Amino acid sequence: MAVAGMPEHFEGLPENVVVSRLDELGSWCRKNSLWPMPFATACCGIELMATGASRHDLARFGAEVFRFSPRQCDLMIVAGRVVMKMLPVLQRIWQQMPEPKWCISMGACASTGGVFDTYSVVQGIDRFVPVDMYVPGCPPRPEQLIQAIIDLQDKIQREGTLDGREFLSAQQQMTKRALIELPILGQGFSQP
Amino acid sequence: MTEEHTTGEQTTEPEQKVFEQIAAQFPGLAVSAFRGQTRVVVSRDELITLMQTLRDEYSFDMLVDVTCVDYLNYRGAEDRFHVVYQLAGTDSGLRLTVCLPLNEPDLNAPSMTALWSGANWMEREVWDMFGIRFEGHPDLRRILLPDAFEAHPLRKDYPLQGRGERHNFEVLRRGEG
Repeated sequence: MAVAGMPEHFEGLPENVVVSRLDELGSWCRKNSLWPMPFATACCGIELMATGASRHDLARFGAEVFRFSPRQCDLMIVAGRVVMKMLPVLQRIWQQMPEPKWCISMGACASTGGVFDTYSVVQGIDRFVPVDMYVPGCPPRPEQLIQAIIDLQDKIQREGTLDGREFLSAQQQMTKRALIELPILGQGFSQP
Repeated sequence: MTEEHTTGEQTTEPEQKVFEQIAAQFPGLAVSAFRGQTRVVVSRDELITLMQTLRDEYSFDMLVDVTCVDYLNYRGAEDRFHVVYQLAGTDSGLRLTVCLPLNEPDLNAPSMTALWSGANWMEREVWDMFGIRFEGHPDLRRILLPDAFEAHPLRKDYPLQGRGERHNFEVLRRGEG
């Protein structure tokens, strides 16, 4: 059966055969078996626990296997403010996680330092480790974290490659948004 | 509230007697009371003797807290720092605040670890946050901040957002881990 857009040499395949790219297949497997590493330092950690517990049930989205060893994880969820004594620990844990790996910055404190604009609190973990998803909130509700995981799954499906080429692309190495001064309201929003 | 002693607004009579006795024994002490709480200000030379006497003769067997106050730019303040010791007697129910004024550059105080071993970590915290050195302390290291930290952040002349310590880390990128 001829399908529009299908390359010629696929014609004549039986109907129950699905054709895909290897990268897509790999990403499809990866996105549905995320193993989170809970890096919970504050009240966001309580919401993180609620997300994994029965009421919100993260298992419905294929990411319920929280592991407390970074070597068994591929998704770091930083839930809470990180102080300067903790940041080297965070970086060591990130380095111990095997590739491919992703990071969710959960809550205002992990993303920007939140209300803790003091000498000891790191003003956003994305200054020092790569972050894929930011979850706003203080703390975010479990639904928001679940939405972030769904969005991350979508991102993995869209960008993922078997050999992790997407992690080496220029865009992934870009300076993070938090390091660039945000435009003043009314000036930076005129472009489409 | 039937319990009278330390919770009341006024110092009770038996308490008053004890504090008068202490004041008589140490004539150099400045004793004051506010809402049933008694405070004495002591000089550095007299501190060890006073604390030893309070512990052994007046049954102040518990050192509740060691902390510090920075009086920089404080209205009417004469000394830069006050090291504050909170004492309690677990049998007598008495409480007493002992203050030790200190000024730069000589920020040394005798350590209380010989009298109350619980002073160990509290004095380390005061060193960490205010930079008061405790002479005779067995292990005067920072307790809360990283060892490499150089400032004493609870001093009033230290900026709230620090001097860039919180940004002094290497940046990890993708593909390097």
